Amino acid sequence: MSTPMVIVHGVSQSFNDRAILSNVNLTIHQGEFVALVGASGSGKTTLMRLLSGLQAPDAGEIFVPQKSTTVFQEPRLVQSSRVWQNVVIGMQKGSSTKDLALQALEEVGLAEQAHAWPATLSGGEAQRVAIARALVRRPQLLLLDEPLGALDALTRLNMQALLSTLCAKYQPATLLVTHDVDEALLLADRVLVLKNGTIAHEVIVDSPRPRSVSKGLETQRLNVLSLLGVTTAGINE
Amino acid sequence: MSVLSAPRLLSQRPRKASWSLLTRISLPIILLVGWILLAKSTLIPPLTLPTPWQVISELKAMYLQQHLMSNIGVSLLRAIVGLALGAGIGFLLGLFSGLSKIGEEFFDATLQMFRAVPFIALTPLFILWFGVGETPKILIVAFATYFPMYIATASGVRNVDRKVVESAKTFGLRGPRLVKEVIVPLATPQILTGLSLSMVISVLALVAGEQISSQNGLGFLFAQSQAYGRNFEVFTCILLYACMGLLAAVVVNVIQRVALRWRKGVAVR
Repeated sequence: MSTPMVIVHGVSQSFNDRAILSNVNLTIHQGEFVALVGASGSGKTTLMRLLSGLQAPDAGEIFVPQKSTTVFQEPRLVQSSRVWQNVVIGMQKGSSTKDLALQALEEVGLAEQAHAWPATLSGGEAQRVAIARALVRRPQLLLLDEPLGALDALTRLNMQALLSTLCAKYQPATLLVTHDVDEALLLADRVLVLKNGTIAHEVIVDSPRPRSVSKGLETQRLNVLSLLGVTTAGINE
Repeated sequence: MSVLSAPRLLSQRPRKASWSLLTRISLPIILLVGWILLAKSTLIPPLTLPTPWQVISELKAMYLQQHLMSNIGVSLLRAIVGLALGAGIGFLLGLFSGLSKIGEEFFDATLQMFRAVPFIALTPLFILWFGVGETPKILIVAFATYFPMYIATASGVRNVDRKVVESAKTFGLRGPRLVKEVIVPLATPQILTGLSLSMVISVLALVAGEQISSQNGLGFLFAQSQAYGRNFEVFTCILLYACMGLLAAVVVNVIQRVALRWRKGVAVR
């Protein structure tokens, strides 16, 4: 865990004179899983868009590896291409491309849907295709922009386990943006709290995996929640 | 206790294929029956409206004496070549205008201007410029058909989901591949609407293009029968044009079935 894969240095961004990000600094190393939490409008998605190159920062520098992929909140599949074609979209086409797609779908448990149209999949299935599409390229940087946010609680638990396994297997540098503090603590090595456009806090999570929120993470959970400005009295079950 | 009932079905029930065919042909059959009744009645002088049998014998006569099939073939070829040219240009310009602001700013206004020029008014000019051969006829068809394709492609391309395009870009799809693999397939429903309009208009333009200074083609037969006051022949030609319109609809339908299989779960129907 020594090679830095993401370096964000003094990045600022504003929309219509409103500062979204101000002087953000961030380093993510190879194989490291970093979660970014923050309230709505704290600039999480903007940071993601900057890292994936969908927009350029007003100020500061960003360095990312060549191979970087994103899983968005919605699957964003191309409806007019079959599931397996979606997985290898944009890749150089060769004789082994389809096998590659089928392998990746196998890993997310969707081998049987390879020839289906995206419109016939459930929300969870479509999102698994999106994950296969992101991992089939063996990215050095994996950007997860609230990838499980739109899924139901049960599917989300399964998908968290799936993401955890796959990230451990392929060891990309991973940045997960999420609203879900539990999810952040379950998956990440480090949780960053974004507040008023800057990274205000960092919480190291070094519990062994696989983790469970009810085992050894309670204090950190309350800690992160209070950093996010949630009064813990009400949710202390 | 309130009375409960099964929820009202909001989607369309699946129907048998045979019923579907019957529904399709029912209105043409009704029209045909109406035509027969009208032709047999005394409401209309018999010389102005032929019966279906008279039309069939007229067709036979045209087939034997006026090379009907080869004339239709010539007309179809002109329509297809003109359409390929016009719709092809419309598609490319629409793509350009839909994808890039520069493209739209550069030629949108000009195309909108040309569109308002009635192609029938151009016929004498085109003959003056391009002679009396195939060129002016094909160009008239092309001129008449580029616009529906242009407007449909431009708006189809512009309406493709920005989020999907963004995500395709993050996976490395750029330039021509992005257009070919994502943008055009997703815009196909609208592009095909444009194509179907262009096809119908190609038949209209053919009527205009072939009526002046032609030695062959359906338009030539039409013009001749008009000139000699052969009403039944005029009527038969009109029916043949209608059949060409039907042919265009069938072609578009087949293309839609093949190209839009993915859309089953997306569109309302």
